[in-house]
Amino acid sequence: MEYGFTIAAYAVAAVLFILSLGGLSNQESAKRAVWYGIAGMAIAVLATLIGPGQGLGVVSIVLIAMGAAVGYQLATKVQMTQMPELVAIMHSLVGLAAVFVGFNADIMINNMESLFAANALALGAVAADGYSAVGLPKEIYDGLSSFGQLIAKKTSVEINILKVELVLGIWIGAVTFTGSVIAYGKLAGRVDSSATKLPGGHLLNAGAAGLSLLFAIMYLGGSGSWTLVLLTLLALFIGYHLIMGIGGADMPVVVSMLNSYSGWAAAAIGFSLGNDLLIVVGALVGSSGAILSYIMCKAMNRSFVSVILGGFGGPAGEQMAVEGEQVAIEADGVAQALNEADSVIIIPGYGMAVAQAQQGVAELVRKLRAKGKNVRFAIHPVAGRLPGHMNVLLAEAKVPYDIVMEMDEINEDFPDTDVAIVIGSNDIVNPAAQDDPNSPIAGMPVLECWKAKQVFVSKRGQGTGYSGIENPLFFKDNTRMFYGDAKASLDKLLPMID
Amino acid sequence: MKIGTPKETFEGEARVAMTPDSAAQLLKLGHECVIETGAGAMAGFADADYKAAGVEVAKTAAALWKAADVVAKVRVPSDAEMKRLRDGQTLISFFSPVADESKMQAAAKKGATVVAMEMIPRISRAQKMDALSSMANIAGYRAVIEAGNNFGRFFTGQITAAGKVPPAKVLVVGAGVAGLAAIGTSTSLGAITYAFDVRPEVAEQVESMGAEFVYLDFEEEQQDGASTGGYASVSSPEFREAQLAKFRELAPEVDIVITTALIPNREAPELWTEDMVKSMKPGSVIVDLAAEKGGNCKLTVADEKIVTDNGVTIIGYTDFPSRMATQASSLYATNIRHLMTDLTPEKDGVINHDMEDDVIRGATIAHAKEVTFPPPPPKVAAIAAAPKKEAPKELTAEEKREKELVEFKNQTRNQVGLLAIGGGLLLAVGLVAPASFMQHFIVFILSVFIGFQVIWNVAHSLHTPLMAVTNAISSIIILGAIIQIGSSSLLITLLAALAVFMAAVNIFGGFLVTRRMLAMFQKS
Repeated sequence: MEYGFTIAAYAVAAVLFILSLGGLSNQESAKRAVWYGIAGMAIAVLATLIGPGQGLGVVSIVLIAMGAAVGYQLATKVQMTQMPELVAIMHSLVGLAAVFVGFNADIMINNMESLFAANALALGAVAADGYSAVGLPKEIYDGLSSFGQLIAKKTSVEINILKVELVLGIWIGAVTFTGSVIAYGKLAGRVDSSATKLPGGHLLNAGAAGLSLLFAIMYLGGSGSWTLVLLTLLALFIGYHLIMGIGGADMPVVVSMLNSYSGWAAAAIGFSLGNDLLIVVGALVGSSGAILSYIMCKAMNRSFVSVILGGFGGPAGEQMAVEGEQVAIEADGVAQALNEADSVIIIPGYGMAVAQAQQGVAELVRKLRAKGKNVRFAIHPVAGRLPGHMNVLLAEAKVPYDIVMEMDEINEDFPDTDVAIVIGSNDIVNPAAQDDPNSPIAGMPVLECWKAKQVFVSKRGQGTGYSGIENPLFFKDNTRMFYGDAKASLDKLLPMID
Repeated sequence: MKIGTPKETFEGEARVAMTPDSAAQLLKLGHECVIETGAGAMAGFADADYKAAGVEVAKTAAALWKAADVVAKVRVPSDAEMKRLRDGQTLISFFSPVADESKMQAAAKKGATVVAMEMIPRISRAQKMDALSSMANIAGYRAVIEAGNNFGRFFTGQITAAGKVPPAKVLVVGAGVAGLAAIGTSTSLGAITYAFDVRPEVAEQVESMGAEFVYLDFEEEQQDGASTGGYASVSSPEFREAQLAKFRELAPEVDIVITTALIPNREAPELWTEDMVKSMKPGSVIVDLAAEKGGNCKLTVADEKIVTDNGVTIIGYTDFPSRMATQASSLYATNIRHLMTDLTPEKDGVINHDMEDDVIRGATIAHAKEVTFPPPPPKVAAIAAAPKKEAPKELTAEEKREKELVEFKNQTRNQVGLLAIGGGLLLAVGLVAPASFMQHFIVFILSVFIGFQVIWNVAHSLHTPLMAVTNAISSIIILGAIIQIGSSSLLITLLAALAVFMAAVNIFGGFLVTRRMLAMFQKS
């Protein structure tokens, strides 16, 4: 096959990938769009496999088949509540693959250098026209793999740029790898999800980043591959330490940030391999992750830097004292209010995912809707541990997506709502964000559920939320606390709805 | 502890401080309950009902006072009852520390503890035991009902075959608890309701009940109700004049006036003067809920209904809650029950009279042989201070256009600035980088651009599938590994093989899980 054919296939694949992302603008076209993505990937892989200079094609196919088997297992076994973990661990694979591919490029450069030296030539020497590189004699060149040929054709400036690109690719890939592993650990509950730092805190990160820069310069200066290994170790450390320092509730930002990084790593590797499809896809994924991080940060009214640096800042001044008391209510009281209500809005949060209560919630919604009540969901952008986490959980429980609303769509409807039910969320319904300019979360957009005629909060105990701030909502006159595990509470409540 | 409720001795008092429902709740707190025979009869609760709820019935008042450790009643105790009060006994009832000062002194001397329901502080935590509010609520409702009873027309406007009926116009003066209850009742009967209060911050509450707030043309900073514990304070003479002028203007129009204006520990202010009564239409009704404190209208006679020469009925009853004894008793008994819950924090039937607690301290006027009135100021403010609202300035069309223009200019400047910086950087890179790099770079820049355009349109609800699918396609890095795997170096082959494997896991895992998720999204 000709090289041109591969490029053409890549162009088709790139278009398909763009269509597959664009199709996610609504639920119905998304179902079609995912096929575009699959087709794009199949075309790209096939075209590469049958492309020029390809060896070990059978081995590749066997490896892909093995990977497919493992991937199939992962994808079919995973619980929807475990989605954040799965996404995190898959990012780590992309990161590690990027590191490997980057190292391969370095080894190949070294191999080429020794090959050129053996033929009494210098890699990257410029020909008399001052433009093209002096290549190897044709018989040796033809014996090289396609990747070897690619490097052999380069001038010294191009080789240097190649090195910059692969340093970037390896560095970002390594940060993504350890970062994602830690994020996975935190989300799966295997690593303590609170923000922990080694002594030295961010100075350690800054120091490691500075050292990596130094090693990168040394590597470009020709100090050899050991600098690259050290740089990788430092990057692995940064990934580990950075994510260790970020608490559980900031995970939506972290996961989308890592998503973005895995894209940029792919793009950097694409540059070093001279592969346009890698660049296109890397850039798409990178910008997608960046936008998601931005949306998440905005929804928490925090700057990206402050999320990454971890922890909430201290209060800006004395916070308003919360007065009143939390009034508890039993299931029969909730049931009575629900039976009498005409409109209900449910605000789910991470607590619902933890308690695996989405089926119960869906059952409640079915019962209430069967009685002709207007039941809707209000989803805050950072509810859960992954962007869109709640939507997926509710979809799994067969809640129709057209009653699941975004914050901006539904916030104005609370004053006309009879009952608002808060299940396992806290900071995203905290009125202090609007009322108290000194609150650490002041200015964060929140769901104004307290404007409903009555609010029920399903919550395990009287503790504060992730940010550690008292929530005045729980003390309001129209709020009743429905204590207990969300799932158990719903099981008690369901038979009482008639 | 044994909680006892005697029959009210005050003439005409029909309420009772314990109902079978509240007794059942008190028993749950670990207390025992006892009631004097016939105490609930006038409120519609028979002795048998009490017995069924587990309440002991005492034959005489004397036996009851002797048996009970805590006596809960409605009216301030009579002299005879004061004699029965003994050392260590707790008395819970309405008890004005000012008007009944001598009784308070006597109780303290005996060593009894007196909790005065009037003195429950007005903080949100104590609302559930605020008997003044629950009684005022009834008074407000009943005031409208009494007015309707004495008013010869419909409240609501109707167009019938027999002719058109105009709706009644009701003015409620004072939008406290009673006022708001009156507004609610009156609007639900269909009358056009106006309401006035000296505290402008209640306008919102008034409007939320469906009445129209009567604003004065007056440029004075009214004192915020928050500083006086949520009650109205005395207004300046100028303000009073403006207010009376407004009422004079309204008097010929309105059919029913309900006045509820009270200032704590003062005589009721005169708000509805004689000349206003004179200018009202015959058949109009005035209900003066402040009659007990002298009345907001000087013509009011307490506990009586009078008709003026020009045919205006003035109702001065002071026993509205007692006229609805069943409702009033169940609310009052619930207030008492909540108070007992606070006094029995362990729910073990043992009373812990915690004088550090704001609510209990505030309501206790005699304790441990001491008069404990007046209480120290509560630690928390009664209600939040009303935020000073800066009305958003209405922009004229020109100002709006100007603002838009400025915004547009800023936007343009930002965009041009960003483009210039970005372009400059690109050109700088282009100066040093070779053409082969720039060819790829152009692809990169355009892809980032497309990425941004496309991703902004993704629905929020699909963010998790978006992450899964970008995850899958970022495994495109498999291409790099496939290109490298055929190399002559074993190390390269090995690393590339690992990369191919991992990327393949990701591709299949990512796409499959995306499909699984998307299939779940169902339309209703």
